[in-house]
Amino acid sequence: MTEVYVEEYVVKGDSFLEVGEASTKLKGTLKMLGIPSDVTRRASVVVYEAEMNVMIHAGGGVIKASISSDSLVIEAVDHGPGIADIDLAMQEGYSTASDRIRELGFGAGMGLPNIKRNSDELDIETALGEGTTLRATLRFERG
Amino acid sequence: MNLLEVVRHIEADVLYGDDLLERLEVERVYGADLMSDVLAFAVPGSLLLTGLTNIQIVRTAQMLDIPAVVFVRGKYPQKEAVELASSLNMPVLLSYKSMFETCGILFREGMLPCEIERRCPR
Repeated sequence: MTEVYVEEYVVKGDSFLEVGEASTKLKGTLKMLGIPSDVTRRASVVVYEAEMNVMIHAGGGVIKASISSDSLVIEAVDHGPGIADIDLAMQEGYSTASDRIRELGFGAGMGLPNIKRNSDELDIETALGEGTTLRATLRFERG
Repeated sequence: MNLLEVVRHIEADVLYGDDLLERLEVERVYGADLMSDVLAFAVPGSLLLTGLTNIQIVRTAQMLDIPAVVFVRGKYPQKEAVELASSLNMPVLLSYKSMFETCGILFREGMLPCEIERRCPR
C-alpha cells in the first residue's frame, strides 16, 4: 500500500462562512482521481463533520487526507480541550455545542456517530487540556 | 419528478438555476432544520427542504450530492448561500409555504421520503 497523495487543510476557529472548504476541496480531488462516488460522498461527510467539530469545539485545527491505492485516511488534529467522555460523545444526540451553533443548524449531536457510520475504521485519541486526534479510514472496496 | 414540476406544485420562486430545472430529476425529499440530521439521514440525490438560510445549508447539500435546495417559509437565503450554490450549479428555490405544507404538497404529488434506518437502541 503505497501512499500516493496527501492533502492538508487548516481549519480556523470561529469561521462559519469558510468551514466546509476542506471537504469541498477533498471532494474535488477524489472525483479527479476517479474514486467511486460512494466513497467520495462518505469521505466528504467525514471531513465536513470533522471540520465542524474542530471549528466548534477546539478553536481550529488541521485536517490531513492521505490517499493510497486502496484507501483514504482522514486525520483531524486539534489542540483544544479534549473529549471528557468518548462513549458519551459517540451517542447520537449528545452535544456540548453552543446555542449559536444550534441556531445555525448544527450541534445536534450527530457528528461523531456520523463519522463512525461513514468510516470503515475510526480511532480517536484524546487528552483533556491537550487536544484530540481523530483518524478515520475509508477503504475503496468496502469489506 | 423534475424540478420544474416541483416549482409548479409548490409555487416557488427560482433564485438560481432556471435553466437547470427541467433536466434535474428528484424522487425523494428530506425536510429539516438540522444539518447534522441531513448528513445522517438524507439520501443522496434527494431534494433538501429547510427553513435555515445560511451558507452551510448549501455545503451540506453539496457533501451529500443533493442536487437542489428549497428554502421554505419565504425565508430568503443569505447572499453567500446563493453565491455558493451558483458556483456549484445547484438550483435554489424559495417556497412561501410552511415546511409542513411544502412537504405535504410534494408527498401528495408522489415524492417519496428518505427512509430512516432502524438503529440499535443504546
